[in-house]
Amino acid sequence: MTKLENWIQHNTFHHSQFYDQLELLKQKEKTGLTISLCIPTLNEEATIGKEIVIFRSELMERYPLIDEIAVIDSGSTDKTLEVAASFGADTYFAGDILPSQGHKRGKGENLWKAIYQLKGDIIVYVDADIKNIHPRFCYGLVAPLLYRPEIQYVKAFYDRPLAFSQGVRPSGGGRVTEILVRPLFSLFFPELTGLVQPLSGEYAVRRGVLERLPFPIGYGVETSHIMDVYRQWGLEAFGQTDLDQRVHRNQETLSLGKMSFGILQSFLGRLKDMGMEGDLPAMTNTLRQFIAKDQQYEQVCHEIVEEERPPMIDIPEYREKMGYEG
Amino acid sequence: MPDDALSPILETLPETRKHLKEMREIILANAVMFGEIPAPTFAEAARARFLMDRFTEGGCQTISTDEVGNAVGIVPGTKSGSGHILVSAHLDTPFSKSIDHTVTVQKNGLSGAGVLDNALGVAIVASLPTMLDKLGLSFEHDLLLMGSTRSLGPGDIEGMRFFLNNNKLPIEAGVIVEGATLGRLSYASLGMSRGVINCRIPHGYDFSRFGAAGAVAILNRVISGMLAIRTPKEPATQIILGSFEGGTTFNTIAKSGALRYEIRSEQSGLVGEINHQIASLLDEIRSSCGVTLRLDEVARRHNGGLDYSHPLVRTCREVMESLDIDPIVAPTTGELAALIEKDIPGVTLGMTYGENRHLQDELVAIDPIFTGLAQLLAVLQAIDKGICHDEA
Repeated sequence: MTKLENWIQHNTFHHSQFYDQLELLKQKEKTGLTISLCIPTLNEEATIGKEIVIFRSELMERYPLIDEIAVIDSGSTDKTLEVAASFGADTYFAGDILPSQGHKRGKGENLWKAIYQLKGDIIVYVDADIKNIHPRFCYGLVAPLLYRPEIQYVKAFYDRPLAFSQGVRPSGGGRVTEILVRPLFSLFFPELTGLVQPLSGEYAVRRGVLERLPFPIGYGVETSHIMDVYRQWGLEAFGQTDLDQRVHRNQETLSLGKMSFGILQSFLGRLKDMGMEGDLPAMTNTLRQFIAKDQQYEQVCHEIVEEERPPMIDIPEYREKMGYEG
Repeated sequence: MPDDALSPILETLPETRKHLKEMREIILANAVMFGEIPAPTFAEAARARFLMDRFTEGGCQTISTDEVGNAVGIVPGTKSGSGHILVSAHLDTPFSKSIDHTVTVQKNGLSGAGVLDNALGVAIVASLPTMLDKLGLSFEHDLLLMGSTRSLGPGDIEGMRFFLNNNKLPIEAGVIVEGATLGRLSYASLGMSRGVINCRIPHGYDFSRFGAAGAVAILNRVISGMLAIRTPKEPATQIILGSFEGGTTFNTIAKSGALRYEIRSEQSGLVGEINHQIASLLDEIRSSCGVTLRLDEVARRHNGGLDYSHPLVRTCREVMESLDIDPIVAPTTGELAALIEKDIPGVTLGMTYGENRHLQDELVAIDPIFTGLAQLLAVLQAIDKGICHDEA
């Protein structure tokens, strides 16, 4: 059995393995770990209320697996924060956290600032746009960290191989994953191809790892995390949990193009850090897409710069808050 | 004036309502999760399974299901075995599995298919053990909690009927929990008959014969005939033409069609009389048109129930008055009818305000739920104290 096959067999879970939340709670108490749930938002008033209600009821009131629920917002113009607060979540505007570091708009910024703001030894990130939200989106990711101390970073995946009349359908990770990220991993980091859905927005991570990761604030955050964790802690640090179906809004192809561009920037940046970039020319930050109207074709240019935040552990205020020396 | 024994219960209502608000997320999360499990009539198993899981987590005893899929659990009383108070909500909805069952939570409301009727009712029954525990409330009687199946349409309240026909436990009284409407007070059942009239055009039908027509036109004659049936104002009687389907496209005469209707009356005998008139009408049209017209009765109820002055009904009114709820007295054709058939005193209570019942965007108002819950707990306490016994 190859290392990758071995990893897939031992580090891939299904949420139903952790259905007994009372047992999970006992395990949490045994480890003495605290857990924070972070929901990054930008205009999510349609779905945020349900997420807070479900998580508070099931994972705080019924089984106190989660110690805090925080919504970290990029500047919503709808009632996202009002709705979240009305159901008892702690709500923050990302710009108010670590003001000395300024404010950049992007999901990665919210995730990064959560490390400073939240208290848990484990932080679980769950996107706010999940229509079929269920407690499994949280406990399914936390459980491997509670039972397996060597696992540091647990990703969600949703699409299981299904038996078809023609055989078995390959498990899919979404369009950008299958067209861009998995081919790149296959070329440069074959072991990472075992992650079914490397771009999923739901993952649980130990603070000791999170605080040491640089954070692209845009599209590249998940890809660069995976590469950084792999480089520093190895494949064994990853776990992944099948959470069954995830219903969310679909993105248009042009939006996926922007996302892919940002991911490529982060990926190539990491290659450079690792000395693997070869003789690539200087690259532009301009993504060029086309729009067609009648017989007129027009090029639309998007400036996409994957800005990056340093590891939180390098921020003085964080070191002070955590009581780290030096 | 409230009964002396009722006064202490009424005095605690404001405090109870306040504490119930602190359990908002538990109740709403249950409403969301039950609402997102499809449960069309005759296919409620997944919802029943989840309810039994909730009963287990809530510490209920004797959690069980039966041949028709009802989910039952018991919250033991302090004088366990002396009698049982039934608290039930129907599990099924009129929505097929294929429609979107996503529930949305807004600051003041929930919306989604079936969330009002009756995911909220089921959620409240499911949350009762946790609520009682957190409120420190105990009962002398056992509370028999139930999610009943096969309630709506052709289900003909079969779940509740099956349970009552086969249950060996003595039931003191029953409360049926419905999502809507706060203030609803049903204590009597209407006589009712629910039927489907199917029309089929036989193969090789001669459309040139006098009176010949397609299924839609023939059912139109049936509808005209039914609308011509005279119904008395006293006792109140009504024919409801509920739904119609027929044919396949624009340019082909319909070969089949179906009309669903309901007759309801304060007097069961009148329901039977009207059904006879409909049967005669169908005979006449069948013989003149040469088509197949079949009437299937899919549900039937007899009228009956408690009097307005019955102690249980009076107690409910006093509880409502104490909570500033305006009672909406209305007879029912729901589960309560099965209790009435068995001479078990019971009422149906609504828990909150809502809109768009049986549309895919049913709305549930959140704030009034806590008043509805306080009302439910007070009525259960009153039954437990024996206040609702009819001495006569």
